[in-house]
Amino acid sequence: MNWNTMLLMRQEIVLTIVILVLLLADVFVTKDKKTVNYIAIGLFAIHTLIGFLPLDAGSLFGDSFRTSPLIFGFKNVLNVGVLLIIMQSASWLNSKMLQYQKIGEFYALIFSSLLGMYFMISAGNFLMLYLGLELSTLPVAALAAYDIHSRKSSEAGIKLILSAALSSGVLLFGVSILYAANGSMYFANIHDNLGHSYLTIMGLVMFFSGLAFKISLVPFHFWTADVYEGAPTPVSNYLSVISKASAVFILMFVLFITLRELKDIWTPMLYIVSVLTMFIGNFFALRQQNLKRFLAFSSVAQAGFIMMGMLAANDLAVSTVVYFLAIYIFSNIGAFGVVQAVSIASGKENIDDYNGLYRTNPMMSLAIMIALFSLAGVPPIAGFFGKFFLYTSAASQGYYALVFIAVVNVTISLYYYLLVVRAAFLRNSETPIPYFRSDLLTRIGIIIVMIGLFFLGLYSPFYDYIQEVSKIVGI
Amino acid sequence: MNLSYTVLIPLLPLFMFLFLGFGFKRFKEPYSGWIGTIGMLITALISFYTAFQYFFNYGKVDGVYQKIYAFNTEWIHFSDTLHIDMGVLLDPISAVMLIVVPLISLMVHLYSIGYMHQEPGFTKFFAFLSLFTFSMLGLVLATNLFQIYIFWELVGVSSYLLIGYYFEKPSAVLAAKKAFIVTRFADFGFLVGILMISYYAKTWDFATLTSLDFIHQLSSQVGMFMGFSIITWALIFIFVGGAGKSAMFPLHIWLPDAMEGPTPVSALIHAATMVVAGVFLVGRLFPMFFFFDDGFALQIVAWVGAFSALFAATIAFTQYDIKRVLAFSTMSQIGYMMLALGVSGYEGHEGLGFMASFFHLFTHAMFKALLFLGAGAIIHAVHSNDMNDMGGLRKYMPVTHITFLIAALTISGVPPFAGFWSKDEILAAAFEHNMPVYIIGFVVAGMTAFYMFRLYFRIFWWRDPDYHHAPHEAPKTMTIPLLVLAFMAVFSGFIPFSELVSADGKGFHSHIDWVMAGASVVIGLIGILLAYVFYKRENDLSTRFAYAFGKFYKWTFHKFYIDELYFFVTKKIIFQNISGPFAWFDRHVVDGTMNLIGNKTVWIGEKIKGLQSGKIQDYAMFFISGALFLIMVFWLLLN
Repeated sequence: MNWNTMLLMRQEIVLTIVILVLLLADVFVTKDKKTVNYIAIGLFAIHTLIGFLPLDAGSLFGDSFRTSPLIFGFKNVLNVGVLLIIMQSASWLNSKMLQYQKIGEFYALIFSSLLGMYFMISAGNFLMLYLGLELSTLPVAALAAYDIHSRKSSEAGIKLILSAALSSGVLLFGVSILYAANGSMYFANIHDNLGHSYLTIMGLVMFFSGLAFKISLVPFHFWTADVYEGAPTPVSNYLSVISKASAVFILMFVLFITLRELKDIWTPMLYIVSVLTMFIGNFFALRQQNLKRFLAFSSVAQAGFIMMGMLAANDLAVSTVVYFLAIYIFSNIGAFGVVQAVSIASGKENIDDYNGLYRTNPMMSLAIMIALFSLAGVPPIAGFFGKFFLYTSAASQGYYALVFIAVVNVTISLYYYLLVVRAAFLRNSETPIPYFRSDLLTRIGIIIVMIGLFFLGLYSPFYDYIQEVSKIVGI
Repeated sequence: MNLSYTVLIPLLPLFMFLFLGFGFKRFKEPYSGWIGTIGMLITALISFYTAFQYFFNYGKVDGVYQKIYAFNTEWIHFSDTLHIDMGVLLDPISAVMLIVVPLISLMVHLYSIGYMHQEPGFTKFFAFLSLFTFSMLGLVLATNLFQIYIFWELVGVSSYLLIGYYFEKPSAVLAAKKAFIVTRFADFGFLVGILMISYYAKTWDFATLTSLDFIHQLSSQVGMFMGFSIITWALIFIFVGGAGKSAMFPLHIWLPDAMEGPTPVSALIHAATMVVAGVFLVGRLFPMFFFFDDGFALQIVAWVGAFSALFAATIAFTQYDIKRVLAFSTMSQIGYMMLALGVSGYEGHEGLGFMASFFHLFTHAMFKALLFLGAGAIIHAVHSNDMNDMGGLRKYMPVTHITFLIAALTISGVPPFAGFWSKDEILAAAFEHNMPVYIIGFVVAGMTAFYMFRLYFRIFWWRDPDYHHAPHEAPKTMTIPLLVLAFMAVFSGFIPFSELVSADGKGFHSHIDWVMAGASVVIGLIGILLAYVFYKRENDLSTRFAYAFGKFYKWTFHKFYIDELYFFVTKKIIFQNISGPFAWFDRHVVDGTMNLIGNKTVWIGEKIKGLQSGKIQDYAMFFISGALFLIMVFWLLLN
């Protein structure tokens, strides 16, 4: 192994350096702690830009670590997502400045978690996957409890760490069963060594449950609402998009390639879970008042749609799911971004509080409307194209019943998304949230998201590129 | 040679729209007007440059004007031949439109700075003008049927916005709605045609659709329906869309009402550019119209055009609102263009009608915009649309008077003004191919001269009413466009159009047949002379004639009761007997079921909330039992 091959890990290396620099900065910057925010965001922006430089495909450490244009591109998508999230966190951290002096920690934790995601989606064997998964989860538990003066935040942290411990135990158990069944940890060696036995099914289901926990699939989703509600908004945002997207990504890889032999088992499994997730997520979202809880269930329901797209289990499925994830990241960040801006300015997080928002804050109302419409899949916003391609993918393999169920669920979801829009635009209130002006970074972040929400859907070369690099299965 | 800069032509106005539209509270009059005008000026310069280069530099290869894809990007891919593209197509007719649309738009922008002075929403108006220009340019530069359809709808939207500009006025709102609904109804036919084309021809691409090899191959493949090729039916459907936008009988009812919009809008949209979109569309697909079923669809185009020309000219005799006279005149002139297309052949001199149609489109855009802008200046001065409130204005408004007279002479086909040359070509083409249509065209030429000079004399001569405050000439921003357009109206007839625009792209020499030209000049002069006798000075000659015609006059005055007919069919028959029962069914049965489902859904949502207890041990239980459940299911399935 020489320097050139090490460069395949360029993104990991740069991010590690960023973390180290940040920890040092936290020590040396003593006067104005707010600077740390800008150092962190600046460094990460540079990291994101470097990420777009071309990179070869290849593998390292005896196939433990792989990279390909698709993996590499997906890391870039994650980077952009994280960048948008931390741009929104700065104002939150500043508003809590007096209580917490160690702002650098916040960023170091988020970046460490992201580093874990990198290793997870680049994993070439189950061990690396597990290590990445742990590295990505543990810092988030600390982040969920970051607001130490809020009991809800502490509760979120505890709930997350306990549930995560359980799920990773189950996942690890599943992995060891799979190892027992075929004698290898390496993805590349497994796929022709698996038979259909009680043992492999058990291994598959347990492995799946572990990742399903991260994706918030029913019935592994219960932690989602409590944690999202309690955790600081940027952290909920991070959990709902970055964490979920990377888990979906690696699940897709493992199922489509490594466990391909068990396709006749996991397709019905995905089918069941997808239907359950869509319905449960939507039904729970219907009656929520707290917006973060509401978005939690909405994100559960979205996961159900993603599973539907995965069912086709071919290249089309990969490209549609990756495309959907990219759009979903933008939509959710947009929605959470507005919720957070409003929450910082007024401390209000309930749907009823948004009554009459349009009159006082037209731009914010417009932004949350576009983000929610994208989540619901209203044309011509990107979310529509994302959902549409998911249907295409499922329908191409003849899952018409499932597509029908999904359409029913979209209708249900439209109802509750519109509740928020109705509150902001149509309802009046005697005490609406007064006009506020959030800080520059937040506004830039929201504007980027809004542009992205139109651009990603209408700019077809973006999808074409994904389709081109998604030829992992070859079907 | 890289032509991708042409994409700027539609994009600049789009940018102006966004720029003015999103920042409109920050821009104050008149700055927004000037910003819009300068943006339009740049667009116009790029367009003229492109058109010039196309005609005289690279457009002609081996003696044939080529269809050049200056820019094309695939947007949505359905199959290798069928995909929605967005692009810029250069060929003779789009190059002609590249002169017409930006020039008129620029003049109207400049004119509006004066005309819209101190109107509320001054900036909004300019934003909408830019939106319209963007849409219209996208339409004429479209590379495929679907792109043209998208922009077709966009011009519909911008037309809606601009007609309804005075949205506090109920009549303006109604007119905007009417225009939108009628054209939308026609566009449904267009869409059906597009879908039929996509199904049978499997492509939307214009270069493919109009290539002779492809047409030949296609005509042997597609089936027949009721004696005609299915493609012919598709073309008829497409023509319905074109007829709607171009206000052809019986879809013309929206155009007179559209005069509720500000006058510059009428000049730009409802006289010079958008309303000729139907002509452009037929011209765009001309080889298909011509070759399928020996041009049966083209026959329809010819007769619809001829009838509309006659019909509208008749109504124009009796109207008193000066803008409505101009509106019916527009309809009549577009009918002329349609009939010219309808009698056209394909190769060489046979394609005279095609060339004449676009020639007339060009000259008509100039003189009709001039007439409208002149009318706008008059309305601006007199504060009324009714010709009974006018008279003797020649003394007060000399520039407007002269330019209006030039335009009236031009439309009446008096040599050497532009309208003479283009109208003469149309009549010559009709004479060669379709005698009845020629006769209609010939009569309409006389009628046109009469009603235009009726308008002219009633406005500028007739009598000297007592104006409360004396009308005054319009400001410079308004008179300069008048002069520019008057220049074009006088001289644009000398452009050797037939060398540039022809159905087969090869160009040919056209020559004047002096006998026929003489005949049409004579009937034009007779029309003018009659108008002189009737309207030069105030008298009751016209009233007596109106009495003599009795019923017929009344019918004409009420536009043959076409509006009332529509109302009868929609309100009395469709709404009452069909929509009524449907509405009942919808409200009681469909809504009832839906409300039930909705209520139950919410009820379920309420009931299952309890499952989420907040206790982590419950969550773990669900987690484990969920996993176990899945394991059990698949264990059972394994056997």
